[in-house]
Amino acid sequence: MNIIVCVKQVPDTEAPIRITPDGSGIDETGVTLVMNYYDEHATEAGLRLREQFGGTVTLVSVGPERAKEALRTGLAMGADDAVLVSDPALNGADHLGVARVLAAVIKTLPHDAVICGKLSTDDNATTVGAALAEYLGLPQATAVAHLEVDAAGTGAVVHREVEGGVEVLAVPFPALLTVERSLNEPRYPSLPGIMKAKRKEIKTLTLENLGLAAAEVGAAAARTALVRLSPPPARKAGRMVEGDTEQAVAAILAFLVDEAKVL
Amino acid sequence: MGADIWVYIEHAEAAPKKVSLELLSCARSLSTELGGNIVAFVPGSKIDQVIAAVGSRGADIIYAAEHPLLDTYTTDGYAAVLADAVRAESPAIVLVGSTAQGRDLAPRVAARLGAGIVTDCATLAWRDGKVLATRPMYTRKAIGTVRVTGGGPCIAVVLPAMYPLPDADSPRRPEVRRRPVHLDGKAIRTSVREVKSVHRETIPLIEANVIISGGRGMKGPENFAILDDLARALGAAVGSSRPPVDSGWVPHDYEIGQTGKTVSPQVYLACGISGAPQHLAGMSGSKYIVAINKDPNAPMFQVADLGVVGDLFEIIPKLAEAVRKAKSQH
Ligand SMILES: Cc1cc2nc3c(=O)[nH]c(=O)nc-3n(C[C@H](O)[C@H](O)[C@H](O)COP(=O)(O)OP(=O)(O)OC[C@H]3O[C@@H](n4cnc5c(N)ncnc54)[C@H](O)[C@@H]3O)c2cc1C
Ligand SMILES: Nc1ncnc2c1ncn2[C@@H]1O[C@H](COP(=O)(O)O)[C@@H](O)[C@H]1O
Repeated sequence: MNIIVCVKQVPDTEAPIRITPDGSGIDETGVTLVMNYYDEHATEAGLRLREQFGGTVTLVSVGPERAKEALRTGLAMGADDAVLVSDPALNGADHLGVARVLAAVIKTLPHDAVICGKLSTDDNATTVGAALAEYLGLPQATAVAHLEVDAAGTGAVVHREVEGGVEVLAVPFPALLTVERSLNEPRYPSLPGIMKAKRKEIKTLTLENLGLAAAEVGAAAARTALVRLSPPPARKAGRMVEGDTEQAVAAILAFLVDEAKVL
Repeated sequence: MGADIWVYIEHAEAAPKKVSLELLSCARSLSTELGGNIVAFVPGSKIDQVIAAVGSRGADIIYAAEHPLLDTYTTDGYAAVLADAVRAESPAIVLVGSTAQGRDLAPRVAARLGAGIVTDCATLAWRDGKVLATRPMYTRKAIGTVRVTGGGPCIAVVLPAMYPLPDADSPRRPEVRRRPVHLDGKAIRTSVREVKSVHRETIPLIEANVIISGGRGMKGPENFAILDDLARALGAAVGSSRPPVDSGWVPHDYEIGQTGKTVSPQVYLACGISGAPQHLAGMSGSKYIVAINKDPNAPMFQVADLGVVGDLFEIIPKLAEAVRKAKSQH
């Protein structure tokens, strides 16, 4: 089974975010960049399918040169190959543009399953997976929390968490899946895995290599643009109550009635 | 491109989802700047009750896209119907609720149409002929303002609880237009085997005005019963931080935070939750935060409008009693 996993490099969510003075983005100095959290789950899902069916796991990323580090994390977990598309013309590309670029790469590779994370923790877009499925013409199952591929590898039954329940969905392969964190527990890279990943060559492609024009996928094609980033509205600490249970209950009740007006 | 604003009406068990109705309010505020009609787009099969429920909520037109193959939601079926309709009618904006269904559908349709898409919108405005949205980014450590550029329709996926429910008795009586639906069963590649509804003592998180959330301080699964009881008294939903999910005390869909749900109720009552940044990522957009914690230095108190230092096991049951009493006196 040939499995493709899409991997994005993002700032570590543990790190504080500093917005640049002009509000155009974040100041990356000193910020640790890591593989998007959900993409670890996507990689794990790919590796488990390979363990079950044989084949290869290929990681694909769109981003600057430094995004190779996130790909190395995935190689160290055990992925076979990695491809990075890096091109200055992609500055200002929107999520549909990124999905188009990913589609162009994946079309050149054999694929039974394409696996993405549910969302990226920087943009929180939840857009690239389903858009990529569209560009590849594949059926999709998003936010997959449980995955069972049939013995012949021709399709899967997945569980998707929907409001108030779980949807059980049958999807034929090749398919695109986006994954939830409850799908699996990502493995840690092993020491030999890390050593191997260091030596591995990561193929780097430009838009030209893919036969794509900046006008199709870059800033000129973008249908959305970030105008500015601002800090979230500050929340101040409010009133504190330190008393006995009676006082605590009375304070909360009064708050619900008089201030929040929900009673 | 027209000036109409469409609201995608998601529904279950013959009733529209609350967020879909909220989006009719969002559409109304956009239409004061944009002009154009507010169109409720209702796909499905046997949707008369849904249409009736949407009827008096302020839409000008209801487009009904009815077909037996739309009986349950599938990406292929619903994307085809929505994309065809948008292509034919060219609305300016299509509003979709940020639900499992909305997040599955909207990007697929946007890609098919080449439409600008902006997700997780907290606010939407129409400025200088463009849609301007604000949305949480970087796990809520920043708010992004995004402009949708270019011509053609824009698809905006909007968070629940950002816009008020419109009054149920608008004098507008929308005209119902039935759209012809052409669907081929073979075009629907996935099949829904079943939807297992998870039994919940309380209402779903995204529908709730008040959310009561328990953390590691709840100590065990059995103790969530006291939160359920308070939730019943308040008409609230119950959620949790991550440790109760990881320990198997509550189902995964309780989780609020970076790797869980984003919620923004009127009141968020945090019980035995310390207030880690990953938890705040999911709930710091709440209107009011009340925290109960026995540690006066818990970081949650730095964002709480009302901080109560005390033992939740003593406070919660008494609070439920007090709420019931207060309600019975109304
Ligand atoms: C990548 C990543 C993603 C994450 N995503 C999430 C997420 O989405 N959501 C999330 O919640 N966490 C998430 N976390 C975990 C997060 O970092 C914290 O570990 C977690 O939020 C702590 O949960 P807690 O506050 O319930 O537990 P604790 O931090 O252990 O706090 C328990 C609190 O209960 C109080 N307490 C104990 N007994 C009582 C009592 N009887 N009465 C009153 N108070 C009492 C204690 O004083 C303490 O403050 C994530 C972590 C990582 C690394
Ligand atoms: N630049 C990128 N390179 C590779 N994969 C990406 C990229 N951006 C997004 N993805 C994939 O799409 C998923 C959802 O991202 P998003 O739509 O940005 O929330 C991620 O978890 C990745 O699997």
